[in-house]
Amino acid sequence: MTPRHPPESTSRPPRRRRPDTRKRLALVLGVLAIAAVGLIARAVDLQVVHQAFLQQQGDARFLREVEIPVSRGAIYDRNGVPLAVSTPMLSLWANPDELLQHAERIPELAQALGANTVDLTRKLEQRNGREFVYLRRLMPPEAAKGVLALEIPGVNVQREYKRYYPDGAAMAHVLGFTNIDDRGQEGLELAYDGWLAGKPGLKRVIRDRLGRVVENVEQIRAPVPGHDLTLSIDSRIQYLAYSSLSAAVLKNHAASGSMVIMDPRNGEILAMVNVPSYNPNDLDSSTPAQRRNRAVTDVTEPGSTMKPFTVTTALESGKWTPTTMLDTNPGTFTIDGHLVRDDNNNGRIDVSHVITYSSNVGASKISLSLTAQQMDKVLHQFGFGASTGSGFPGEVGGYIPPPRTWGDFVKATISFGYGLNVTALQLAQAYSAIADGGVRHSPTFIKGDDNPGVRVESTYIAGEMMAMLRTVVGAPPATAPQAAIADYSVAGKTGTAHLAVAGGYSRDRYAALFCGIVPASDPRLVGVVIIRDAGGRGGEYFGGKVSAPVFREVMTGALRLLDVPPDNVQQWYAGGPVQPAVAPPPQPAGAVPVARSTPGAVP
Amino acid sequence: MNELVASFGGRARRIARRIFSRPRIDLPLAIGLFALALAGLTVLYSASNLNTSMVAGQASRFLIGAALLLAVSRIPPSLLRAWTPWFYLLSCILLLVLTVLGEGRGADRWLDLGVIRFQPSELMKLAMPMMIAWYLHPRPLPPRWRDIAAVGILTGIPALLIVKQPDLGTALLVVASGMFVLFLAGLQWWKIGAMLAALAGAAPIAWHFLHDYQRERVLTFLHPENDPLGTGWHIIQSMIAVGSGGLAGKGFNQGTQSKLEFLPEHTTDFIFAVLGEEFGLVGVLVLLALYVFIVGRCLWIAANARDTWSRLTAGALGLAFMVYVIVNGGMVSGFLPVVGVPLPLVSYGGTSAITLLTGFGVVMSIHAHRKWTP
Repeated sequence: MTPRHPPESTSRPPRRRRPDTRKRLALVLGVLAIAAVGLIARAVDLQVVHQAFLQQQGDARFLREVEIPVSRGAIYDRNGVPLAVSTPMLSLWANPDELLQHAERIPELAQALGANTVDLTRKLEQRNGREFVYLRRLMPPEAAKGVLALEIPGVNVQREYKRYYPDGAAMAHVLGFTNIDDRGQEGLELAYDGWLAGKPGLKRVIRDRLGRVVENVEQIRAPVPGHDLTLSIDSRIQYLAYSSLSAAVLKNHAASGSMVIMDPRNGEILAMVNVPSYNPNDLDSSTPAQRRNRAVTDVTEPGSTMKPFTVTTALESGKWTPTTMLDTNPGTFTIDGHLVRDDNNNGRIDVSHVITYSSNVGASKISLSLTAQQMDKVLHQFGFGASTGSGFPGEVGGYIPPPRTWGDFVKATISFGYGLNVTALQLAQAYSAIADGGVRHSPTFIKGDDNPGVRVESTYIAGEMMAMLRTVVGAPPATAPQAAIADYSVAGKTGTAHLAVAGGYSRDRYAALFCGIVPASDPRLVGVVIIRDAGGRGGEYFGGKVSAPVFREVMTGALRLLDVPPDNVQQWYAGGPVQPAVAPPPQPAGAVPVARSTPGAVP
Repeated sequence: MNELVASFGGRARRIARRIFSRPRIDLPLAIGLFALALAGLTVLYSASNLNTSMVAGQASRFLIGAALLLAVSRIPPSLLRAWTPWFYLLSCILLLVLTVLGEGRGADRWLDLGVIRFQPSELMKLAMPMMIAWYLHPRPLPPRWRDIAAVGILTGIPALLIVKQPDLGTALLVVASGMFVLFLAGLQWWKIGAMLAALAGAAPIAWHFLHDYQRERVLTFLHPENDPLGTGWHIIQSMIAVGSGGLAGKGFNQGTQSKLEFLPEHTTDFIFAVLGEEFGLVGVLVLLALYVFIVGRCLWIAANARDTWSRLTAGALGLAFMVYVIVNGGMVSGFLPVVGVPLPLVSYGGTSAITLLTGFGVVMSIHAHRKWTP
């Protein structure tokens, strides 16, 4: 490559090849012109022929319709105490592509998120090529902002709402819970989801390649915030019920328990609790068994708590009065070859004492004078065998066999509460009907719901029934002395039912029930307590011993909280606990034997 | 001794007088370049999201380039021709330095000389046609086989160095600019045919030596839909940008593809797509018209040049210029594979703008001195 300069071209003869070069230049010009025309043709092809398609493709890349999140309505108890509130939280998400390009910062991010670097990297790599992956949802705003402050490329934030339940386990079954997208999944959150959820708005935004909103273009649909919901529940009573029931389940080594408290005047549910329960703020640690709202989803054979409805049918039939005598000797009774048994021989007693002593033989004999249709009709009128219409998700209606299939023995078993099944909520509804002078109100969870109710028995018969039920809560051999409440008259009925197991009835597993009404003179509260599988390790299992004390404990507090005037205060002036009005013969009776030990006197 | 000094001084004075006598600017070419530079700055202003410092930087490079253009246009072609081998040698050395320094640092095309950073490969785009023209200048035309072989070596060494960077696209363009000179020198058609046949035979072997990402680019070009989020992204986004502009475009600074960062490299290699999106078919036609005018003028100057070197250099430079436009336009509109070829005088990039303008300085010198003989 020696740059020895050649002689100047002018010093030689003119080149003959020059025209050739010109020709070449013309040729080149021609080729370039064709190429230019080709480019133009392509531009026309893209910009004119395919313009609409590509325009739409372009728009689709940046014009997006996104939801405007709205907060879910809060749930309050009847006194305005918040039971479920939505708090704004921040969810972190990432663009995996972009984040992986800065892989050196992933450990830092993982540490800030409290995650494992390896797991996080794997998660990102799995979604590589997509534009969106949640890093962590529903973080407290300060924590999320802390991560954002690291300014790691590809990490973004969006606002979401998280449901918070201040009362935790006590209110869990009533309220249910929402999923991570803030939609109701269980309980009243599910039942009233449409009301609570509101409608997310819709807006059109411009987003850049990384998904960041650059500009809001227009609002397509205004967001409608969720409505608040005021329940009939009284959180104070709910809490009382939950703590008493929990203690009783624990003390009696029971498997589970339910309690429902209803206002008989309008059907409003003041409390509904179940044990075991769960913490709705930490769903991951709960089991399906804990999450079941047993008061409405589980059926129980009601046992002796069914007898008041047998007697109601009897009174309605006109064949019986409360004082009609019948003979329960010798404490057993054979129907169609089946033996019905009282635990003790109650001898000759009147109809009223069939309730007081809970005599199976008495109830059976009464049922034999009634038709299956009569009994079935009354049971249905009081709301058994059908859903209560409370609207609670998962509610079951229980089961009453069709009356045409009832023989005498079936009539008898139904008269004392076997061969059909009911829920705790149904029992509360039925006893409320007695308490409200024969008017049944469908249970409702909403405060101030217009709920006139339907008359299902005459005021007179309801009054007679109330009088009978008051005799139950007295000194032994009445079955529920432990339900007595100082200063208040209490009516109620115990029940102890063998649990139905595969192939028949368990010999040693029971449901202990108590249904009570207080104050008996002007009923304000009806409470139903069911404790299942109590009496393990040789403990108590009778309704009067296991469930009645729960009723007393909860109602004592509830009456005070509700400022219900005492209707039985003369005892104060008498200077001692009230003595039962009836002085029955000292025999225990009924499928539920009377307590063997003398109950503690009511203070 | 004194005589020698005197004669040297006399010669220098003569040259200096010629350089500073009167403007030797080709007005049509200057107007075309000025209009193109203005259009380029306008598009860049939008493409950079109204980044004034970026536009100012580019404008200052245009000014440096314009100064170089003016200076070079006053140097007689004979002198330029005489300097050509040194220029070529300098470019080769810079490429070599870059290869040594850039060892194991991925795709590094930049040489940092402290004061200025530039791409030696851009320098080679100008040096190559001048050098081949210099080589063919004293030799009989059309080129003989041994001349072709020499040209092969002259183009091959820098091309290999550029491939090492690795920058296949630029290497091909550098080789092409050398070949244009051969073609303009009247290389017989049968020889061209023979060379093309040899090239076709060598293609599979070349494929073997390509980097994976280079193969991917070719495959992606053939089937962009296969990988719409990966390497096909560039082409698809670019086609959408150009196509969605329509006839009249979305308007200055209204392009969504570039503004929202869907379009990659929107200030450099894909700035054509920004133009297409914001100024539509009208804008594309105007820009192409400017390019065609500039290249046409170059070829006209080449046709009227006096000597072989001038003719070949001007012709090859104009041809190479147009090839950049076509390759870039083809890439942006999905015609050709994605190779890193900037749109001349519009894409953001200093070395390219300065060397291109310097090249036009050479063309203008050829034009201005077409009747001048030393």
